[in-house]
Amino acid sequence: MPGLMSRASTIVKAKLSKLLDRAEDPGETLDYSYEQQLVLLQNVKRGIADVATAKKRLELQTAQLEQSVVKLETQARDALAAGREDLARQALERKAAVQAQLQGLDQQVQGLDAQQQKLVSSEKQLAAKVEAFRTEKETIKAQYSAAEAQVRIGEAATGIGEQMADTGLAIQRAKDKTEQMTARASAIDELTKSGALDDLTSSSDALDRELAQMSQSGQVDKELEALKAEVGAGAPQKELGE
Amino acid sequence: MIVRLMGEGQYRIDESLAERLNELDTEAMGALERGDEAALGSLLTRMADAVRESGDRLADADLSPSDAIVPPPDLSLDEARALFTEAGLIPDLPAPA
Repeated sequence: MPGLMSRASTIVKAKLSKLLDRAEDPGETLDYSYEQQLVLLQNVKRGIADVATAKKRLELQTAQLEQSVVKLETQARDALAAGREDLARQALERKAAVQAQLQGLDQQVQGLDAQQQKLVSSEKQLAAKVEAFRTEKETIKAQYSAAEAQVRIGEAATGIGEQMADTGLAIQRAKDKTEQMTARASAIDELTKSGALDDLTSSSDALDRELAQMSQSGQVDKELEALKAEVGAGAPQKELGE
Repeated sequence: MIVRLMGEGQYRIDESLAERLNELDTEAMGALERGDEAALGSLLTRMADAVRESGDRLADADLSPSDAIVPPPDLSLDEARALFTEAGLIPDLPAPA
């Protein structure tokens, strides 16, 4: 029974021969294959851009969630200082939920990063091979008879076809990963919009309102005290003046 | 012989390393058949590490075809199974517009 290595090799060769079978004469095969390489090179560049976009989005969300962690921590402290342990607990619970989201995001940004690096390296190899193939193809066309050319084309095309299959797989895997990440980013956006997470971060959320009310009532209390002091000090004078 | 590490590049390896790779490859095939993803990943990683350590990296512009192809180590079981069907993991090469 053949192992993984020879099976992978067989599949790659099958892809390639399917591709080359479409062309009839050696010169045509070469040009056709070259065009395909250029298409693939464009695809891998697009793949890299897509991964970068998905990564950017996750990084933005990470920054937003990190801000809410800081904010919730401050709120917890304020609430505790005001003697509201219930509110402090609520803020800390929310903080834990946001931190759980953050942890997942971190891993996914790292995963995307790995995909991006693979694609960049794949693109570099493909670009180098495409350039080598272009030179080789002109040499083959200029120097060899049709029969000889066929053999040489077979070799060069197998070499580059293998790289094309490899790059194709890298693009496919990066695409799958990017789609998963985009779905997750949308899910977090959705949560934020629907209010499930919004409560945690929005400035007008219930926790904020209560804290604001507390500080407002604290302020009112203070002003009231100040007024009382003023009025208390002034009132007897008025009475005396009459 | 020349070996390709998928997603990485090509290496020239000697006979003794080729034998070692074949042994690991047989084990990897077993892991895939048992559906043991962890073992499959660890075997593929060992194969890739061995090639990186003892093989000579080919220049990017080299057009030599490989004698063997090592799948990427982070392959899931589903991906591994799909890899070996022609309609599966590796997409058809793109047709010119």
